Amino acid sequence: MADAAPTTPAVRLADIHKSFGPVRANQSASLEVARGEIHALVGENGAGKSTLMRILAGIFAPDSGQMEVDGRDVTGWTAAQAIDAGVGMVHQHFMLVPTISVAENVILGRELTRGWQLDLARARREVEELSRATGLAVSPERKVADLSVGEAQRVEILKTLYRGAKILILDEPTAVLSPPEIGELWGVLRGMRERGETIVLITHKLDEVMEISDAITVMRHGRTVERLRTANTTPAEIARAMVGRDVQLAMNYVTEQAGAAAGQTRPSPAPPLLDVRGLVVEDVRHLTAVNGVSFSVAPGEILGVAGVEGNGQTELVEALAGLRRPRAGAIYIGSHDVTRLSVKERGDAGLSHIPEDRHARGLVLDYTVAENLILGQQHRFTRSVRLDAAKILENARRQIEAFDIRPADPALPARALSGGNQQKVVIAREMGRSFQVLLAAQPTRGVDVGAIEFIHGQLRQARDAGKAILLVSADLAEILALSDRIAVMYGGRFVAMLARREASEEVLGPFMTGAAAEQVA
Amino acid sequence: MRRRAADEAIFPAVVALLVAAIVGDALILSFGQNPGTVYRLLIEGTWGNAYGLGQVLYKATTLTFTGLAVAVGLRAGLFNIGAESQLAAGGFVAALVGLVLPSGLPALVTLPLYVLAAAAGGGAVGVLPGVLKAKFGAHEVITTIMLNFIVLALLNYLTAAHLKVPGSLHTAEIHAGALPRLSAMFAPFHGSAANVVIVIAAAASVLTGWFLFRTRRGFELRAAGLQPEAAEYGGVNVGGVWTRALLLSGALAGIGGLNFVLGYKHYYEEAFASGAGFLGIAVAIVGRNHPLGVVLAALAFATISQGGLAVNAVVPKQMVDVLQAVVIIAVAASVPGVRRMLRTAR
Repeated sequence: MADAAPTTPAVRLADIHKSFGPVRANQSASLEVARGEIHALVGENGAGKSTLMRILAGIFAPDSGQMEVDGRDVTGWTAAQAIDAGVGMVHQHFMLVPTISVAENVILGRELTRGWQLDLARARREVEELSRATGLAVSPERKVADLSVGEAQRVEILKTLYRGAKILILDEPTAVLSPPEIGELWGVLRGMRERGETIVLITHKLDEVMEISDAITVMRHGRTVERLRTANTTPAEIARAMVGRDVQLAMNYVTEQAGAAAGQTRPSPAPPLLDVRGLVVEDVRHLTAVNGVSFSVAPGEILGVAGVEGNGQTELVEALAGLRRPRAGAIYIGSHDVTRLSVKERGDAGLSHIPEDRHARGLVLDYTVAENLILGQQHRFTRSVRLDAAKILENARRQIEAFDIRPADPALPARALSGGNQQKVVIAREMGRSFQVLLAAQPTRGVDVGAIEFIHGQLRQARDAGKAILLVSADLAEILALSDRIAVMYGGRFVAMLARREASEEVLGPFMTGAAAEQVA
Repeated sequence: MRRRAADEAIFPAVVALLVAAIVGDALILSFGQNPGTVYRLLIEGTWGNAYGLGQVLYKATTLTFTGLAVAVGLRAGLFNIGAESQLAAGGFVAALVGLVLPSGLPALVTLPLYVLAAAAGGGAVGVLPGVLKAKFGAHEVITTIMLNFIVLALLNYLTAAHLKVPGSLHTAEIHAGALPRLSAMFAPFHGSAANVVIVIAAAASVLTGWFLFRTRRGFELRAAGLQPEAAEYGGVNVGGVWTRALLLSGALAGIGGLNFVLGYKHYYEEAFASGAGFLGIAVAIVGRNHPLGVVLAALAFATISQGGLAVNAVVPKQMVDVLQAVVIIAVAASVPGVRRMLRTAR
């Protein structure tokens, strides 16, 4: 065991402080990682994990504290020094040039040259060798723009390893991956561990922590609150350390509810609230993204749409929301044909929409919380042509209170909120008004455990109140925890439609990868 | 939060003025003059006497309109480079109306007509790129630049071929409802071009601020400018916003044409805009796209411009063009830097 041997740790960070203006991102944070281990750094969003790792990678300098790598004092080093010393970080958002090849991306910044020319042949060879040695399979000649998200991530890791990384930091690497891709990633990481390389994995998914890590450091509010050996702990213990109290974990809920729900299959004699027939939608490149999808959602029902991202879910939701004109098909809310209606008109017809990307669509980040809480409803907050400031403020106070948005300041720009609270603003706006049908796309993406619990509670409550909910999520656990029926989307079609009691990760997996198909509609 | 926003708006302007002062000193010294003397001349020739002040106010009036025009565009996420031709078109159409109106009508009757005519002229030139952008995705920077050439050439042709007084570059004099100069109310302004259009400029600034920050359309316009995808999600017809924003932008620039055509010369003259439309871009950027900032920036640029004439005897007046450019570059460069400094200072 690593902690038995008295070797110097690969990484030792002690008493790290880092502030950004008034925000204390790290307060006396510490981390110790043994050589050759996979170390999980866990915590809620905004706990300071990414900041601490960016300090280790030399991107930020700490305000105070001590940093050692392989026993050498490296406090406040630069990114270039970190790379030279073999510390590499794979960021959550890919930093690749889409228009050039995999090999060119990997060597970018370390270009191989022959005289004045780029030696691309050698670059391709070297990248191919590295790819074979690590198991990160990707063809060096392909353009990055043509890669899937999982492949692009492999390129990011290759790039870091190519620069000689011996200590690899991965920031939430599975956020964009399908279950099979996650499995492959674990294989690669285990292989690296066997070769003696050290890996720090930033995550807040507890199943991943349990599966892959050797040791765990838990952060909360910028501080290190717990160090655990994975073998000696449980998900519940980690969750408690992350949040500071007991949490209802999604999977527990499933096991509790599954028995109850299994008996009472919700037969819905009521006519559907959302009815979609033969929907065909094109993506931005005018390729068919949704290829003839039909389904309906009854009042008091959550229909979950599972699937690897990029199989038409985004286009499906945008077409339903009125953001993308379908090429064929019809959409009904109740008995009302809304196929040709605008976003605003659909809203007035009873449609609410939690968009998948709150930073691009769900919020105007420079607008205040109060302003964001009326986005899409602005026509209801006017006195003649003027906005009714008093009504807007009153609405904000009510929603902030009801949805526990923190800090409780309506005048704060949405940008200043944590991810979880930003999402609560979106949820408050979309669910805190009268609606019949809710489109919930990735409703808990990038939010912390506490906020997930809250949002799931809200969705169940709306279901129980007789709303029809279409839940689209890349998180299979979430789909299984909330849905009454589950559709699997692959290649623009619904390839399976299962009752909750027939579904499990094992059953859904093959449909998600296209290995199985039971054509629906 | 509010205070920080205010600091971030004011500090870049202060830094820019300091940088401009240093460069200005160096230039003045290179001409073998004493900076103190030159700056004293500059202040005396502008804010130091009623005539100079009147000239500053006259120039600031046009710049306020073109600055507001560019600012409204930028708030909607659009870079309107066409204020120059919109200004000219506004002045031209107002002049046409003035030439057909019977002389002797009082200003109270003619003024609303002139404002409408100028807004229509500028708005027509502005809305075209808006429609092209909304319908076909044509980039407004390209279309507004190209329209400058087309519109200015067209106006020059119409003036030269049909309207000009022989031996001149301008139309016949307009007699209907001339707009009074400020000197009519306040004698010391005598000789300066400042006129009542300055009141319209002040009203336009207030109204633009009210529209942008207090109305639903303004809320939607700014949302479309900040995050078009979020605005679309919020039920905003983004193409419609673009069209209306450039219509408003062009109309504002167009009304600015009244200042020269009906407030000063009482005729339309080729190339009267003489860069005021392009300078509106600098005014909007230095004024941070806020109507109050635009008014202050317009006064600052007008002071520099008028000051150039005042110091012409001792240093070439092109020196102030250089200073103007230094201010613009310094503001553009200092905005991110100052923001960072303020952030780390707290």
